[in-house]
Amino acid sequence: MSDAEAALRSLFLRGLAGDAAAYREFLQKLSAHLRAFLGKRLFGWPDEVEDLVQECLLAMHNQRHTYQSDQPLTAWVHAIARYKMIDLLRAKSAREALHDPLDDDLAVFAESAIDASDARRDIGGLLQTLPERQRLPIVHVKLEGLSVAETASLTGMSESAVKVGIHRGLKALAARLRSKTP
Amino acid sequence: MKTDDLVAMLATGAAPAPRRAAGRRLALAVLAGVPLSFAILLTEYGVRRDLVQAMFWPMFWVKVLFPLCIAAAAFVAVQRLARPGVPVRRAWIGIAVPLLVVWVLAAMSWFNAPPEERMPLLMGESWRICAVSIGLMALPVFAAALVALRGLAPTRPALAGAAAGGLAGGVGAAVYALHCMELTAPFLAVWYVSGIAVPVVLGAVLGPRLLRW
Repeated sequence: MSDAEAALRSLFLRGLAGDAAAYREFLQKLSAHLRAFLGKRLFGWPDEVEDLVQECLLAMHNQRHTYQSDQPLTAWVHAIARYKMIDLLRAKSAREALHDPLDDDLAVFAESAIDASDARRDIGGLLQTLPERQRLPIVHVKLEGLSVAETASLTGMSESAVKVGIHRGLKALAARLRSKTP
Repeated sequence: MKTDDLVAMLATGAAPAPRRAAGRRLALAVLAGVPLSFAILLTEYGVRRDLVQAMFWPMFWVKVLFPLCIAAAAFVAVQRLARPGVPVRRAWIGIAVPLLVVWVLAAMSWFNAPPEERMPLLMGESWRICAVSIGLMALPVFAAALVALRGLAPTRPALAGAAAGGLAGGVGAAVYALHCMELTAPFLAVWYVSGIAVPVVLGAVLGPRLLRW
């Protein structure tokens, strides 16, 4: 077992048990690994890398209940990153089959790589398109850091509706990211 | 939104994740589907009248247990396919072995029978409705298993759909066996296997459409 596997796995397991600080550290380290992994494989499309990193992070968060501790974390992470990458390449090849290939050659100086680490799709913007019963719980709990109970009394929703709203909202965000692939 | 902000958002207030979700949700799907299959059996078909007597015949148990073995192995396969990066491994063998056993039994009974009795062994009285009925009995578990899979993360959706179909088909065939009067191995080897194949093929076709995430 590699050092990274052992360190990430223990952070992730603590995160799965509800330790938010460990989970945050896990996601931070994971995003660096994903950036390197995807950057190497998508060298033709540096702009896509950060988008895909974010898409993978969201997918891994939404699917974290499918990880079981008897499995190497590397295998789980790799399978999801690969799935998302193939999805992106498939969408791209379907789209680029329709394009005039000359367009891309002429655009060679049109973009610089200075802000390559910025995602092109804005998850914050997509968040605004969610219905209120999903958006408000995410904004209050996940962005402003209120508790579920505080959010419930603030919005007049029940606590379970707040939890369901977060869960469904993050899934809906993932689905929108997928359909908005540039 | 920058990636660091996304990380902060995902980690903030993250509740503990449910454990062993794949196995649990798929087991729930089976538990939800089986009573419905029985309801279809009782309302549309009825249990065979000599059920108690039939329980003393080995062939009756072959008919009930071979699909159940397929269902059990398919359950293991589908709950593994529902989790990213988990290999299916020996569950495929568990699906193949009951099939092979029934096919070997069928070949033996076919070649031991005099030629003029072979076609009746194969076609029985009910070959026309067998596969369709098994498909119908499989429907509740099939639908419930697909719903469960939509909340999980199959990275090979066609295979996952097919394995869900194998699970549902096995359960459906075992339930249908309580109605069906046929007791010959050639009949099982062709018509029961075809019936189980109905949801398997359906799952392989629907999987890539319904199970994207």
